Amino acid sequence: MSLGRLLAGRALQAVGVAVVVSALCFLVVLRLPGDIAYRIAAGRYGYDLVDAQAADGIRAELGLDDPAWQRFGQWLSDLVRLDFGDSLVTHRPVLQEVGYYLAGTLQLAGAALLLAIVIGGAAGTLAAQRPGGVVDRVTDVWIATVRALPPFLLGLLLVLLLSVHLGLLPAVGHGGSTTIVLPAVTLAIGLSGLIARVTRDAVVEVRGSDYVRFARTKGLTERLVLARHVARNAATLVVPYLGVQAVVLVEGVVVVESLFSWQGLGHALVHAVFWRDIPVLQASALVLALLIVAVNTLVDVAVLWLDPRPRRSEVAA
Amino acid sequence: MTAILDLAPTTQRRGRRTAGLARRLCAGVLVALVLFALVGPFVLGDPAAQSLDRFLEAPSLAEPLGRDDYGRSVVSRLAHATRLSLVLAALCVATALVIGTASGVLAAWRGGWVDAVLRSVSEVFVALPALLIVLLVAALSDGDLWTLYVGLAVAQWVEYFRVVRARAALVLGSPAVEVAGLLRLGPWHVVRRHLWPELRPALTTLASLGMVTSILAMSTLGFVKVGLEPPRAELGLMITESFPYYDVAPWMSLAPVAVLFLLTVCFLGLRRTEDA
Repeated sequence: MSLGRLLAGRALQAVGVAVVVSALCFLVVLRLPGDIAYRIAAGRYGYDLVDAQAADGIRAELGLDDPAWQRFGQWLSDLVRLDFGDSLVTHRPVLQEVGYYLAGTLQLAGAALLLAIVIGGAAGTLAAQRPGGVVDRVTDVWIATVRALPPFLLGLLLVLLLSVHLGLLPAVGHGGSTTIVLPAVTLAIGLSGLIARVTRDAVVEVRGSDYVRFARTKGLTERLVLARHVARNAATLVVPYLGVQAVVLVEGVVVVESLFSWQGLGHALVHAVFWRDIPVLQASALVLALLIVAVNTLVDVAVLWLDPRPRRSEVAA
Repeated sequence: MTAILDLAPTTQRRGRRTAGLARRLCAGVLVALVLFALVGPFVLGDPAAQSLDRFLEAPSLAEPLGRDDYGRSVVSRLAHATRLSLVLAALCVATALVIGTASGVLAAWRGGWVDAVLRSVSEVFVALPALLIVLLVAALSDGDLWTLYVGLAVAQWVEYFRVVRARAALVLGSPAVEVAGLLRLGPWHVVRRHLWPELRPALTTLASLGMVTSILAMSTLGFVKVGLEPPRAELGLMITESFPYYDVAPWMSLAPVAVLFLLTVCFLGLRRTEDA
């Protein structure tokens, strides 16, 4: 697959994702209880100052009496012009708000991913040294346990252990150097299981291959074999799975951020649903979904760079 | 969703006998939980009946899990919550399985533009986190069961579609199916004789993973207070509601956690040996 075709395919996917997410958001608005003109009027002028005149003004201004398909067209064209409007709660421009939350999420996700790759990669590589050995079995148990624990339970356990009983770390909050530790560790532990499994299988497979045997025959030391031959080839098997992990990561972000009050997109999304803050809901859902497309694109490019040989079957997203 | 990943071939390391034993254990615990969920609500009292004078009553013989902060019977609420999780998850998995399998077989069989359209639709859904879909659909109306159901089913069909499409394409292109076509044995024969036996193991694996995904998604949404609303008994909600009393009444928060954990482990355990 060439780079151009790959990017074109991902771009199409991004457009599709945007349309589906905005359609869902639009449905949310349509289905909201109560007259939406009154709700927006309340958001703008305060609940005490709403009257029929103000609501009618807003209805005319926003074209709320137009048929649904026309409004959906309007909605989409606003989207294309990146006009997300203002938050109904804070009255700040949505782009500004979402930018702030996106930064929080990227920070958290980056820290978690790094930690997960370190933990999972190390565990997987160690387990692969002696398949069936003690380390391998312990890793097996670890993977199974992590898989069975949903992120919110894991987070609660960590809070109980590290914050309540040991008092080492703050349980909730945003900013400061210690508040990121618990949410990042929660996410990282959840991710590390699958990374460990894939890494282990990849390393075992690569170590059994002909080129590694040849490298040994050449007389390379074990460390050089690992660094030069095993690492890169195993990476071509592991990296595609990081794209799958992105979906898991984003799902985890939604939960973990709400749990620890970390100010990111997931937190914003849950609150937007809660407060019926439609513009923020739409923008943060969209950004979260596009984030996955972006990560998948990066993964594709990375795989192409690690293993430039053309391949016939496409990489599973 | 991680099901696609879990289908990746893993090397067989565990002994066949221990695997069989573990699987039977999982099945046993699962049957017990299902019985608890099905029979419990009929035997135990009303999960919403409050009696405030019995605030945080400790477990006793009559009330094995004590009472919560409203004096409601925890064991009764637990039975209702487990039933809700199991029934809703089973419905979601069944729906997603039927839609995903049908569209997957259709795409593989017809090919051409049908395949192209279905594949691009699935591409879009792959890039959407399941929880996001469920969250948005759940926002449609407050605490309604059907919105959760629709959200979960919509989020999950794509896994079945992708796996079925890939495997069905292989089967349909095989010499055996070609011969069946030459013998004019008809499409029904191909489905029953060639397609179904090939797809069944993958589908059971996906279904048991789908149960886990649905149950966890439901409780997660309950936990962040976006899913079902109180006073409905739901595992995630029960965990949130009981957490403030963790110090004085640990049994209250531990019970739903234990049920959730057992459900997850058992469904995963069933799958683990499925591909052994």
